[in-house]
Amino acid sequence: MTAGGSITTRSTPQHVDKRRTVRIGPLSGVVRTRQLLLPVVALVALVLISAVSIGRGDYPIGLLDVLRTLVGAGDQTQQFVITELRAPRIVVGALVGLALGLSGALIQTFARNPLASPDTLGINAGASAAAVAVIVLGGGSSAAAGLLGGLGLQVAALIGALLTAFLIFALAWNEGVDGYRLVLVGIGLGAVGYAVVDWLLTRSDITDAAAATVWLTGSLNARTWDQAWPLALALLVLVPVALGLSRVLGVLQFGADTARALGIRVGRAQATVVLVAVCLAAAAVAAAGPVQFVALVVPQVAVRLAGGSRPPLLASALLGALLVVGADLLARTVLPVVLPVGIVTAVIGAPYLLWLLVRGRRSTT
Amino acid sequence: MPQRAAAALADAPAPPGGDQPRRGLLRSAGTRIGGLWLLLALTVVVCGLSIAVGTRAIGLGTVWQALTDSGFPGDEAVVIRELRVPRTLLGILVGLSLGVAGALMQGHTRNPLGDPGLLGVAAGASAAVVLAIFILGVTTPAGDVWFAFGGALAGSVAVFAIGSSGRGGATPVSLALAGAALSALLYALVRAVLVSDSQTLDSFRFWVVGSLAGRDASIAWQVLPFIVVGLVLAVVNAPALNLLGLGEDVARGLGQHVLLARVVGIASITLLTGAATAACGPIGFVGLVVPHVARALTGPDHRWLVPCSALLGVILLLAADVVGRIVVRPGELQVGIVLALVGAPFFIALVRRKRLVGL
Repeated sequence: MTAGGSITTRSTPQHVDKRRTVRIGPLSGVVRTRQLLLPVVALVALVLISAVSIGRGDYPIGLLDVLRTLVGAGDQTQQFVITELRAPRIVVGALVGLALGLSGALIQTFARNPLASPDTLGINAGASAAAVAVIVLGGGSSAAAGLLGGLGLQVAALIGALLTAFLIFALAWNEGVDGYRLVLVGIGLGAVGYAVVDWLLTRSDITDAAAATVWLTGSLNARTWDQAWPLALALLVLVPVALGLSRVLGVLQFGADTARALGIRVGRAQATVVLVAVCLAAAAVAAAGPVQFVALVVPQVAVRLAGGSRPPLLASALLGALLVVGADLLARTVLPVVLPVGIVTAVIGAPYLLWLLVRGRRSTT
Repeated sequence: MPQRAAAALADAPAPPGGDQPRRGLLRSAGTRIGGLWLLLALTVVVCGLSIAVGTRAIGLGTVWQALTDSGFPGDEAVVIRELRVPRTLLGILVGLSLGVAGALMQGHTRNPLGDPGLLGVAAGASAAVVLAIFILGVTTPAGDVWFAFGGALAGSVAVFAIGSSGRGGATPVSLALAGAALSALLYALVRAVLVSDSQTLDSFRFWVVGSLAGRDASIAWQVLPFIVVGLVLAVVNAPALNLLGLGEDVARGLGQHVLLARVVGIASITLLTGAATAACGPIGFVGLVVPHVARALTGPDHRWLVPCSALLGVILLLAADVVGRIVVRPGELQVGIVLALVGAPFFIALVRRKRLVGL
């Protein structure tokens, strides 16, 4: 019996991992069907849900009409409603989700920690403090208030986020960036940012506080091409860089010592990864406010759907876009009251993470 | 606000410095006892400052007479007896609770980022308070106390139930993840209410910053029993934490009942943090920073760490409260905000040191 068992195991190694291999002359590689298929499926779903979302509203437009208009063959009214009124919101939502999903995947792989996200690094706190300062102090009469008010919310949030990122780097720098120290410094700065937010909220009058609360939740309301274009330009630069980091990330995953032995300049590689992730998060938070939970949950979902040992970058980005656009659709159509998208992403994401926790441990232990 | 709880990480990479022997500044039992006396003396000084310093300038002689002679007349005596003394007592209770809870939390999670808020306590309390304000129209600190305490207990129990479901049991990692996820869900609820009702926001924004002001003596009495029970459980739990620090298997091999120790520890953390949050609103950072300072002094032995954290918690909280009264005279800065503004740079300085005293 024992001998028979060992023979069976030995004779079927190629069926154990069920991977398809491709050989062309001297080149060979493994085709991981799910990792290739997932981005395609996510992209198709994203386009469909976006089209549905564009069609819904006070002036309903059918799915086919939406698709026809998008390729430039619709009538004038539909053209106006879609390109000027509805598309910017959806585009901002998709781009924000893309940036957050990608940023989360980068940071979680870098920190080797499923709970890390741009928020852990204090980026959102810095952006929030700056934006709330503009909302609350913008109406005041002092010189500083005038300066802040003139800048506008989006720029202020971006400056806040980048300033925080710079501070984190400067404070965590000690002959290179150490991941652990970076996260701790981020937590410290995040606490300062949120303390400033809380303090400003207690000092402001209630209308400003309400406006600030909506911004702090993350919302796609009243977003126009003004928000979409800068975000799109930033992503045009950052996304290719991020996807190019994929190979380095794969090596960094083994730990700093192994990566160094394999010929990676660890300090520089880590700094690049964090810098790209931070810039992505900053661009997203400037456009839509700190949308909760996307960066935290999406990479974990992506890695479970695609398989593999770390969150796949492209799939995380596309699933992030899918989650934000889908949550926005839910928030606008299904729910009885109109809620900011940031609440819906948390309400969808958190139970899913809890379910993963309960289920995951049963199968592993 | 929301992801603050998630900020503490379940699986942080090893601290720089590796496995060198970690020892604090005070190494023999004698110096440690001396250190504790020193901290006690500092505590008394800070308490004195907390009674003597305030928006209204009162001479030291008057302060002393108002304290010692209960028949001493005048407005100033009333300020001392009715406002500052209860406030200081509450500060002592809350500081003790948060310091001890932080030490226990970091011991149980074996994670230097373990914050008591991680168990869903702050999120549960926030959600309960928001609902109490929104549905029942409760607006006073005294009215919030029981809702906050109930919410804190419910949040903590839910996190423990989710984190310990399945055969793996309640491991630190699963607890931290469950706490982060549940906190996110509860904060989404809080935000949904705040966004749709500005009256609730108007009341809630003052609760959420965390403050010792405006709480009368009855609140301190209400939470006192829970804090006492929590402190007793913590003292009982401290030796077990030393064993758990060696790893669950070793602890079990040495005869420690692991599940019992975990339950006692989590009950203690919940009671202490829940009571503190109920009394003052969510005050962050004490539970996170204080154990690090204490560990730098005493090293990782929890029998010394817990009392040291308790005293340091009181010192930090009362000092921050006094600073908050001075900096924006005649107004006040809430203690939660001062703590973050003062505590965070201190924490960052601690982190920047070459070698962290590990767990």
